[in-house]
Order: sequence, then C-alpha cells, then structure tokens
Amino acid sequence: MIVYLLCFILFLTGLYGVLTKRNIIKIVIGLSIMEFSIFLFLVLVGYIENGIAPIIKEGQQSPVFVDPLPQAMVLTAIVIGLATNAMLLAMAIKIYRKHKTFDVRKINSLKG
Amino acid sequence: MANLVPLYIILPLGAAFLIPLIGRLWGIFSKTITSLVLLLLTGLCIAWLFAGDHEAIVYAVGGWKPVNNIPIGIHLVLDGFSAFMLIVINLITFLSAFYAITYMRKYTAENNFYALVCLMVAGMNGVVLTGDLFNLYVFLEIASIASYALVAFGVEKPELEASFKYQVLGGMASLIILLGVGLLYWTTGTLNIADIAQLLLSYSGNRIIIFIQLLFITGFGLKAAIVPFHAWLPDAHSSAPSPISSMLSGILIKAVGVYVLIRLLFNMFALSYEVALAITTLGVLSMVIGGILAIGQRDYKRLLAYSSISQVGYIVLGVGTGMLVLANNGANEIAALAILGGLFHLINHAVFKGLLFMTAGAVEHATGIRDLNMLGGLARKMPVTSATSFSGSMAISGIPPFSGFFSKLIIIIAAVQAQYYFVAFIAAVISIVTLAYFLKFQKRIFSSEEKTTIDYVREVPLFMQVPMVILALFCVFLSLLIIPDIRDIVLMPAVDVIVNAKNLINPGL
Amino acid sequence: MNGMTSIVKTVTRIVVGVIFIYGVYVITHGHLTPGGGFAGGAIVAGAFILLVLAFGSDVLKLKTKEEGSSVFESLAILLFLILALGGFILGTGIFLNNYFPKGIIGELISAGVIPLYNIAVGIEVAAALFTIFLALVIFKEESS
Repeated sequence: MIVYLLCFILFLTGLYGVLTKRNIIKIVIGLSIMEFSIFLFLVLVGYIENGIAPIIKEGQQSPVFVDPLPQAMVLTAIVIGLATNAMLLAMAIKIYRKHKTFDVRKINSLKG
Repeated sequence: MANLVPLYIILPLGAAFLIPLIGRLWGIFSKTITSLVLLLLTGLCIAWLFAGDHEAIVYAVGGWKPVNNIPIGIHLVLDGFSAFMLIVINLITFLSAFYAITYMRKYTAENNFYALVCLMVAGMNGVVLTGDLFNLYVFLEIASIASYALVAFGVEKPELEASFKYQVLGGMASLIILLGVGLLYWTTGTLNIADIAQLLLSYSGNRIIIFIQLLFITGFGLKAAIVPFHAWLPDAHSSAPSPISSMLSGILIKAVGVYVLIRLLFNMFALSYEVALAITTLGVLSMVIGGILAIGQRDYKRLLAYSSISQVGYIVLGVGTGMLVLANNGANEIAALAILGGLFHLINHAVFKGLLFMTAGAVEHATGIRDLNMLGGLARKMPVTSATSFSGSMAISGIPPFSGFFSKLIIIIAAVQAQYYFVAFIAAVISIVTLAYFLKFQKRIFSSEEKTTIDYVREVPLFMQVPMVILALFCVFLSLLIIPDIRDIVLMPAVDVIVNAKNLINPGL
Repeated sequence: MNGMTSIVKTVTRIVVGVIFIYGVYVITHGHLTPGGGFAGGAIVAGAFILLVLAFGSDVLKLKTKEEGSSVFESLAILLFLILALGGFILGTGIFLNNYFPKGIIGELISAGVIPLYNIAVGIEVAAALFTIFLALVIFKEESS
C-alpha cells in the first residue's frame, strides 16, 4: 500500500515541476519524472506474492512467476517516452536558437 | 479482405521509411508514393463498404489462437464504424497531400514532410483498427509524435512555441491514458477490448470503473480538444502550415479523440447515466465557448481553429444525447437518430473544415497576410478560391442544400425527440452564431472593396485548386447521404455497431 | 568540437570495443536473458557516442550531414517489415507469424524468427540514437 502512495508522491513532484518552473529544460524533466512514476505503478500492478523474475532456467519445478505482461508494457512505454523526450529537447534547442533564452515567460507571443 | 486488414498499417509505415532512403535519389518519389498508397487504401475501404456484407472481421496478428477462450495476442477489428472512420482518414489525407505538392515548395526538407504524413496516417489507421487497449496507446503515440513534428515544420518562432505547448499538454494526456489502461488491467486482468466488455458486465457501479472512465474522458478529451481541455488547439492549428492544419483539424482530433471515446464508452464500459450527462455537458460547453470565442478573432486561421472546437462540440453533443437515451432505457430509434447525426456531422466537418483550411492556405500563399483587417476584395483575382470558400462557409453554417444543414437538423431533431429542449435551443442559437462569424470571414476576405496594398495577388496553382474543388463538390454531394439507400450502406453499419453495443465479437466463443 | 583529455582518450581506446561487444551480446541473447532489441541497441549507441565525444568530431572528420546512420535506420526498419511480411508470403498468410523452426528452449538458435527481429530492432535503435546525437549536438545548423 505504501509503495503506491510513494508512486503518487513522485507523480506530484513531476507535476510541480511542470506547473511552476520557468526554465524549459526543467519542464521537460518534470514531464519525465511524471512518466517514470506511471511506469513504476504499472510494474507494481503485476506483483504476485513470493514470485520470482519470469525467466525460464534449467531444472526448476514450475515456480511462481510475477506477471510479465506489465513488464512488456513498460518496456514499450519507455521507448515511447524516449521518443517524446527527444522531440521535446529538439524543440527546446530550436527555441533557444531563435529566442536566445530558456525562460518560458518570454516566449509567450501567441495570445487571444 | 480478411487477409488485407494489416495493409492499412504496413503500407503507410513502409512508405514512411522508404521515403528518406529513395527520396535522396529521386526528388519526386516521395510525392508519388504517398498519393498512391493513400489512394489505394481509400479504394480498398470503399470497396469493402459497398460489397454489402458487414460482418465484423477480426484478424489475430501473429496467428495466436485463444487459449481456454481467453484471447492472447493482438486483434485487429474491422467493423462498420472502423470502416467509416478509415474512409474519412484516408480520403482527407490523400487530398491534403495532393494539395501540399505545390504548397510545401517554399519549405526545405520536403521529403521529411511526406514521411511524417505517412507515419501519422499509419498511427491513425492503427488507432481505428485495433481491438487491444495497449496497442491503442502505442498507435496513439505514433500519431501524436508525428503531429508534434508536423506542427513545428517551418521553424519560425510562433510555430515552435505552439508545438511546445501542444507537446507538453499532449504528453500529459498520454500519461493519463496510460494510467487508465494500467488500472483497467489491474481490475480485469486482460487487455482485449471485447474480453473486457464481457468481464465488466459483472462490475457495474464499482467505483474504480467510474474513476477509470473519468481518466479516459480527461485523456481523450484533451486529445479531442473538448472544453476545458482546449487550450492548445488555437495555437497549434493556426501556426501549422495549411495542409497540416486541415489534416489535424479535420481528422486527427476526431480519429484519436472522439472515435476512441465513442468506442470505449459505448462498446466497452456499461452505460451509466452520470458519464452520459458529463459527456453531454462537455459537448454543450465546447459548442458554446468555441462559438463565442470565435467571433472576436482577427487572425482567420485562429477563427477557423475556434470554430473547430465548436463543431466537435456538436459531434460530442449528438453522441452524448444518444448515450443519455440509452442509459435511461429509452427508445433505441431516438438514440440511433442522435448517433447518426453525430457521425454524419463528423464526416461533414472533416470535409468542410479541410476545405476551409485549404482556402485559408491559398489566401496566405497568395498574399502572405493573416490579419482580417488588412485583407479585402480578393474575389475578383482568385475566383476558384472564393467560390470554394463560399461553399465551405455555407456548409459549416448550416444553409440548405449543403450537407451541414442536414447533420445539424438531425442532431436538433433527436434532441427534441429525447425531450432535451434546452439543448436543442442552444444548438440552434450557436448555429446562427456560426453563420454570423463565417459571413464576416467571407466578407472581409473576399467581398469587400480592394485594398491597394495587395495588388500582386494571383490565383493559386492547379495542384492546389483541384483538391479544393473536389472538397467543395463533396460539401454538396454529402447531403445525398440522407437518402435511405445510401445511408444504409455508409452510415447505418456504424450506428448499428455503436447502438447494439453488446454484439462485439469475441473470437474465442 | 575538441576532444577530451588524454586520460579519457586512452581509456576509451580500451573500453569502447568491450562496450560494443557487450551490446551485441545483449541484442542477440534477447530471447534467453533480459534485454533484447531496445536495451542492446541503446548500449551499442552508447559505444559510438563515447567514441565521438572522447576524440572530438574534428579528428574523426565527420561529414556535414548525418547521412550514413540515417540510411542504416531506414534499412533496419525495412528489414523488420520484410521479415514480418515473410509470414504473409511464405505460408499461412498471417502477419508477424513465427515461421522459422523453433528449436529447444534455452539454445541460442531457437524461438523461430524472434532473434532476427531483435537484431533488426537493435540496429534500428542504435542508428536512431546516434542520428539524434549527431543532429542535435554536432551538426548544429545556424538559425536563419
């Protein structure tokens, strides 16, 4: 129970970073922290009591594995998170070259 | 046909990765292969729909058969609703890619544009065809990341800022969706949509199911730009290049937003009154706020973007009315009529919003100005653009005999029959407001007297005129979908799949 | 850009081959041990990036556009699609079918066509990460 609460606290930390920080890179890092908290939560969903890692070894008598499906989901989701981060950082580099600043408040030109 | 279902994902994906390889050698390869692939996919879907046999096709990827009646592996499901969305996606993308052949000449790196468009189409086709929740998330992300790159395509300052805002909000929406998928897996133990639909029959009223539904409404509502999650849409859709704006506003917000909401809330979760009330309220709010905020805009692409929010509100209102009637165990015919109005408005809006963004792009290509106060009297020098833009404006405002009139009429009639008179009254009032701001749009750009600063305008090239004329003709011909024979082929299979929600095919049984 | 100090250059000369071989081991044993295409591809990309960072792009005389690694990436994905379509053509008409003979569990050459998928994905991920690194860090285009 306390593990799920810690995942939620990590999510709130990332949300704090996205909402209050001014530097673009800190916003990107906050979004990454939020993503990783959801991945942790997904892996914890598949936990079974006294289970071991789902790898078949020689000469074992039908052990109890933890659920491998959330682990496959998280592997794919990590790759998607990589693509999202790469896109955000490329955008941040281009913004720096055009505006010469990383401050979000000075980039606000579209209004209305 | 059953073996050709994965072609909808393989062909655009293969084209997207062939284009950077071969496009270095032949400049013209990227444009021809994009057009050919999209034309082929549109033709395939129309052929299936008109063949008459509307049994749902379930394709098991990798050939994994169900074990003990539990489906393992990913299933691709092609039924009436998916086929309807596939026609809309591939047709509008084909016309936009055709329009982009001359429009994108002023940007560098044209090959990357066509590769990204093919990736976005592969992602959207995957979202529409899939029968598995996590596969839905993966294809949703493919389409979204391709659209982030496309919005920032010409790297000017407003485009980069709009794309950054879009990315941060879209990234948070995807996280909320992933959390919903994880919680649903925890509750039911499976990821297949048909299987979950059967397992959830015994769970109704459980609080965690309501929480998961709220998470999905938030996540997919942000992707569909429903108020109060609409803040990214005016910036992103007005700063993108025009063929991208017509694709984003015409199909992306519907294929990854409204389609998934309809599919999950009708076919997977059991209908409940509170969720239906929430959806209808959000639809009415989108309609009103989008319409009112569009009146005071000076930039014409921003006006079109706000009107997108309003029209998506109409679609969600139609579907929400159907959901309310079904949740109260009302008459099936009223629900079917409301959902028919919603889906008809979906295809209508894709056609005329695509057309309006294309004409806005034509005006920008010819004059370079985006402010309404500085334009005027272009009708004499750009006759084709002016006529097609007039057709699109009349269609979106709901003037007969254009197609927009019939779809809005069906939604209002269904709301009146279901005895929600207030909602029908608001829908009619917003329709008049839409007419007001589109008349202003037409008058300021095309009809009033000429300004002397824009003497240099000429008509746009032929490749840009042909898609606009085709879409303007569609605006008129789509009203033929009301005739019962044609309606039974195109629209009624989709409505049947949605209303008869418990007939989703489980291949294990 | 300049390279780093001579300590880093000496250690890199020794270590980069080991990292590359370790990455290839993780890719090819994806069906037996944890890892697989993505993790192994990231390690191989790490080897290349270490090389470029330690010696500097002037010494390596990199060309002005990142053409080579981008071609590798497209070729790897096309190889994946051709392998997936192989099931379509050579047999039962099902996409992504596992149509090579499956051997004994635990051997290196077993589990059908999955090790080939792992190799294609590993090459693709390594090429993609290296292309991103080159495009963002080394080949900076000046803003117009």
